[in-house]
Amino acid sequence: MNVGLVGLALLMAAVTYPARAIPLLVPAFERLPPRALEYLRLVGPAVLGAIAASQVLLATGADGRPAFHVGIDAVAVLACVALVAWRRNLLVGLLVAVVVTATVRAVGAG
Amino acid sequence: MLGIVASAAGFGVVFGLTARANGFSVIEAVAFSVLVFAGASQFLAAGMIGAGFGWPAIVVLTGLVNARHLLYAAALGPWLRDRPRRERALMAHVLTDEAFALSLVHFRRLGFADRRGYWLAAIGGVFIPWNLATLAGVLGAQAIPDPRVLGLDVVFPAAMAGLAVGLATGRREVAAGVAGVGIALIVGLTVDPRAGVLAGGFLGPVVGLLVPRRDPAVPEQDELPADPASFSRPDRSDDGMAP
Repeated sequence: MNVGLVGLALLMAAVTYPARAIPLLVPAFERLPPRALEYLRLVGPAVLGAIAASQVLLATGADGRPAFHVGIDAVAVLACVALVAWRRNLLVGLLVAVVVTATVRAVGAG
Repeated sequence: MLGIVASAAGFGVVFGLTARANGFSVIEAVAFSVLVFAGASQFLAAGMIGAGFGWPAIVVLTGLVNARHLLYAAALGPWLRDRPRRERALMAHVLTDEAFALSLVHFRRLGFADRRGYWLAAIGGVFIPWNLATLAGVLGAQAIPDPRVLGLDVVFPAAMAGLAVGLATGRREVAAGVAGVGIALIVGLTVDPRAGVLAGGFLGPVVGLLVPRRDPAVPEQDELPADPASFSRPDRSDDGMAP
């Protein structure tokens, strides 16, 4: 069985782990000023929203450059967002997103 | 937390299928999920390997994509500072988007760092389902139909968006989230989608800080305390997402 890419996995882990560990292990990161804490408190919604938006609203255009795209996946994610905001239940939101996407694709509309 | 387990499992299966489609062996796919344990960069790597990119480019982009973990760890640092250094070193490896979001919501609801809650979220909620699902996906690549037909590819972005909504508990968080989305799209369209994610993540909170609090004299209900150990808020209602 091929194991050549395990080396790449180790290299990727080597550049990923410091970002996760340094702020937890270096004392300077534990005594941040209130303004910095306020900033970090806002990172979560900003990063997670940015990831979701770039996943479903950006696609590669015919010329190979990023292009704005609204498909059934974007509609499904919006449905999930609305349900989570309303019901505060992520599982329900995910289930609806998957069902909507699969259904629309099954009828050939997505 | 069931939503996160479902997300990790669904997304893990999709990664296993993607890895297999790009020529990964079972050991290689599992090694990625155990050692790297960062979904976005794993997909990035699988796609780049399939497209014939060299390792240096993949490693550099992995560092770029995963730089956001620096901010996650810094946000959790004040909560976990009383834990032993060795435990924090282990906690770092399993710090993902989902573990961060679940833990922060959980800690803020309780008013203190619940180490068992962290391990439950990070290991039980993400690491185990992610790795088992990766194995299932790479082994069952021949039997499982196109994941897009089943709608599984929408699980990851939907989970990210849903978690963002769960963290958006005040005006500043909403502003940061909306700004993060807008900046990610603008930079993503003009530069690169991965750069857009980083720009949205770094600059979205700056926009959030510009939004005035409702009453500057009273801290917002969900403000992260400078000293988590001294903070308590027993009246906070459950948001349905915490472990």
